[in-house]
Amino acid sequence: MANKQTGNFKLETRNVELWYNKFQALKGISLGIREHHVTAFIGPSGCGKSTLLRCFNRMNDRVDDCRITGEFLIDGKDIYDPKVDVVHLRSNIGMVFQKPNPFPKSIFENVAYAPRIHGVVKNIADMNNLVEESLIKAGLWEEVKDKLQQPGTALSGGQQQRLCIARAIAMRPGVILMDEPCSALDPLATAKIEELIDELKGTFTIVIVTHNMQQAARVSDHTAFFYLGNLIEMNDTHTIFTAPGKQQTEDYITGRFG
Amino acid sequence: MNETFKLDENLLRKRYRAEKRFHAYGIIAIGLALAFILFFFIDVLSKGIPGFQTVQVQVEVDYSQVVADGNYRRVVQKDLVHIASRGWMRTVPMQLRNHPEMIGTKETIWVPAAFRVNQYIKGNEGHGLEQKYQALADELYKQGTIRKAIDWHFFTRGDSKLPEIAGVGASLVGSLVVMFITMILAVPIGVVTAVYLEEFSPDNMLTRTVEVNINNLAAIPSILFGLLGLAIFINFFGVPRSSALAGGMTLALMTLPIIIISTRAALRSVPNSIREGAFGVGASGLQVVWHHVLPLALPGILTGSIIGLAQALGETAPLLIVGMMAFIPEAPLSIYQASTVLPAQIYTWSSDSIRAFGELTAAGVIVLLTIMLMLNGLAIWLRQHTSRTW
Amino acid sequence: MAQHTYKRYDEELGTLKERVLSMGGLVESAIRRSMKALNQFDVEKARKVISRDKAINALEVEIDEMTRTLLALRQPAAGDLRFIISTIKIVTDLERAGDLAEGIAEAVLQSQDHPLTHLDSMNSLSDAVCLQVSASLDAFARGDVEAALACVESDKRVNKLFKSVQRETLSYMIEDPRQITTGIITMNIGRYLERIGDHAANISEMVVYMVKGHDIRHVDHETAAALIKGTLADDE
Repeated sequence: MANKQTGNFKLETRNVELWYNKFQALKGISLGIREHHVTAFIGPSGCGKSTLLRCFNRMNDRVDDCRITGEFLIDGKDIYDPKVDVVHLRSNIGMVFQKPNPFPKSIFENVAYAPRIHGVVKNIADMNNLVEESLIKAGLWEEVKDKLQQPGTALSGGQQQRLCIARAIAMRPGVILMDEPCSALDPLATAKIEELIDELKGTFTIVIVTHNMQQAARVSDHTAFFYLGNLIEMNDTHTIFTAPGKQQTEDYITGRFG
Repeated sequence: MNETFKLDENLLRKRYRAEKRFHAYGIIAIGLALAFILFFFIDVLSKGIPGFQTVQVQVEVDYSQVVADGNYRRVVQKDLVHIASRGWMRTVPMQLRNHPEMIGTKETIWVPAAFRVNQYIKGNEGHGLEQKYQALADELYKQGTIRKAIDWHFFTRGDSKLPEIAGVGASLVGSLVVMFITMILAVPIGVVTAVYLEEFSPDNMLTRTVEVNINNLAAIPSILFGLLGLAIFINFFGVPRSSALAGGMTLALMTLPIIIISTRAALRSVPNSIREGAFGVGASGLQVVWHHVLPLALPGILTGSIIGLAQALGETAPLLIVGMMAFIPEAPLSIYQASTVLPAQIYTWSSDSIRAFGELTAAGVIVLLTIMLMLNGLAIWLRQHTSRTW
Repeated sequence: MAQHTYKRYDEELGTLKERVLSMGGLVESAIRRSMKALNQFDVEKARKVISRDKAINALEVEIDEMTRTLLALRQPAAGDLRFIISTIKIVTDLERAGDLAEGIAEAVLQSQDHPLTHLDSMNSLSDAVCLQVSASLDAFARGDVEAALACVESDKRVNKLFKSVQRETLSYMIEDPRQITTGIITMNIGRYLERIGDHAANISEMVVYMVKGHDIRHVDHETAAALIKGTLADDE
C-alpha cells in the first residue's frame, strides 16, 4: 500500500530503487506529491527519506557510486531523462538544507545570486524588485530591509534559514524541498518557519523531511513514513497521526520504536 | 549502593606530580628551542652586521692615458696601490673607454679599501695585511682619509673574487626572477590540480593513486627534483643550464606538491553546506568553485603557496644540480641567462678561504632571513585580510 | 504492542487504564447494589449507594486530570491518542451511569412508604444492563472489537426489555390508579436502567474507535461491521 490517492501529481516516483555502492537505500518507492500541498517524509535515521528528497533535484548526482532505477517525474516529465538539464531542473526545484547555509555574501547577493547566474533578470530595478519580493515572501523583508548589504551570515539562525528560503524562492520554482529545515533552530524560529511553510504552500509545492513528528503533523497535508528504505505508509497527515494503517507506522509515531 | 568512593590520595598526588613534570618538560623544550634560535640570531647578526660595513679610502684619481691603456695601477698614488681595492682599480680602464672625455682629468673620491686593509681597520684577527702597510693604514685612518661607511653597494653588486667588492645584488635579482618563474608555474598548476582533485574528479583507483603519489612527492628529498629538472628541462627540452628558467621550473616541480596539498586542505575546510547551497540554486560545478568555494579557501591557499615559495627560496640542493651554484657575478638580463640565487651565493662565499668572505656569508644570511620573514608576514597578513566568516 | 521508549509513558497509560477499569467496577457494583436495595426494600443499602457515588465522581476528576497531563506532556499520537480520547469519553459515560445508579437508589428511598412490587421484568432488564456494562468494560480492558460490537448490538434487547417494563407498569397503573405513584417511580427506574445501557453502548463504540480508529456512532450495525473489516472507507 503506497498511496491511496490517485490523480495528477506535481512530483511522482515509480518503483524507485537506489543503491550507494552495494547498499540499497531505497526499495521500490512509488508515491505521488500533490501540487500546492505540503508533504512530509518521516522515519527514523537512515530510512531513506533524505535520500529520496535529494533525488528530486538530483543532488545525488554528486555522489559517486550512486545508482538509481525507476522513474522520477515532475509534471509528468522524467527528471532523470538524459535530455533534462540538471541546472534547469534545480532552478525549478528549490532546496532548503538542514543547517542554514547562506553564502558568505551580503543579504542582497544571497537572494540575487540564482537569478543572476541564470540570467533571468535583465536590469538592476527588476533585480531589486525580485529580491524584495522574495524576502517579503520569506517573511524576512521587515527585518533586513535596512541592511541588505550586510553579510547574510551575520543574521540569527532562524533569519538565516528564512534567507535560504528567500534564496530558494527567488527563482520562482514550482517545488521547494526542505531537508530538516528546523533541526538547527530554537522553537520560536521553528514556529516562524512552520508558519512560513503554511503561507508558501499557496504558491509552491513543498516536500519536507523532518525528524520531528509533531512538526510533520503541524505543517503537512500528507505524510509518508519510511523505514529501512521502504515506503511503509503514505496518507493524509490526520489519518497517519490518528489512525495509521500499519503497525510499524503506529509504533514509530507513538514512540514505540526499537 | 549510594556509598561514595574514597579516592586514593597517593594516586592523586602521583597524578598531579606527573602533570607538573610534564609541564616542566614542555617549558624546558620550549626554552631549549628559544635558546637555539637566540644563539643563532646573535651569532648571525654579530658576524653579519660588519659585513654591511665597508672601509673606504680617499684617493686622488688620475685618469691618465696610461690607465686607459690598461695599466690600472697607475690610477692612484703609488703608495696607495696596496691600500685601495684592486677590484675597483680594475674597473677604471673600462670606465675610461666608455667615457673618453674623462681622460686627462683628475678627481678626489672615496673608493673601497683593499679587503686586507678593510679587515685590519675593522680589527679582525687574520687580516693578513703586511706590516709596512699596517702603519700606513693607521696613519691614514688617523688623518681621516680612511673611514668606515655603510656599504649600500652590497645590495647592488654581483659576486667577485675580491670580498670588498662582492655583493648580493646579482643573486638577489636571480632569486627574485627564479621565484617569479616558480610562482607563475607552480601556483596556477597546483591550485587547478587541487581544485580538480578535490571538487571534480571521481573517486576511483586512478585518482586515489594520483593522490597518494602527490603526497609522497612532498616527502621526496629535494635534490631528486634537481635531477629531474636536469633530465627533463635541460637535457630533454634544452633549457640553458644555470638559467633562471631552469632553476625556476625545477623549484616549481618541488613546490607543486606542497601547494597542491595545502590547497586541498583549504578546500576541504570549506563546509559542504556552502557547496550544497550553491548546487541547490542551480549553479554549475565551476560556478560553485569559482563563486563560493575558492573565495572561502583563498586564505589557506595563499598561505600554503607563500610557505611553499619561501621554502623554494631557501632551497639549494636542486639548484646545485641544474648548475646555479657557480661563480656568476652578473645579474641575469633574461630568464635564459646564467644566474645565481641567494642561498647559492651564501654557499659559495661560505666555502671561500678568504676571511673577509665570512662576514659576507653572515650578511647574506641576514638578507635571506629578512626576505623569508617578510614572506611569512605577508602570508599572515593575507590570511587575515582575505578570510571571511561563514 | 511494543514498549514505548519512555517507560514512564507506558506506566502512565497503564495506570490510566487501571483507573478507568476500577471506576467501571464501582459503577457496576453501584448498579447491582441499588437493584438489590430495590428488591430487598433495604433503605440502608440505598443510602450507601448514594454516598459511594462520591468515590465515582472523585475518580472521574482524577482520571480527567491524568488525561489532561498526558495530552499536554506526551503529545500522544495514533493508538495512544485514540486510547486517551476514548478514555475521556468513557469516563463521562461511566460518571453518568454512576449518577443513574444513584438515581435508582434515591428512587428506593422515595418508595419506602410504597414498596414496589412486580419487579420480575425490571430484574430481567437490570440483569441485561449489568451484563451490557460489564461486557463494555471487558471489551475496553481487552481491546476486543467483536465484543464491543456485540455489546452495542445488545442495546436493542435492553430497549425491548424496557418497553415491556413500561407496558407492564402501565397496565398495573390502569388497573389500579392507587399504584400510579409507585408506577411512576418504577417507570423512572426502568428509564434509568435503559440509559445506563445507552452509556454502556457508547463505551463500546469508543472501544471500537480506540482499537480501530473508526467512528461507528450513528451508523447501523452492518455499516459498522463493514468499517471494522476494512471493506468500507471512512468517508464513504
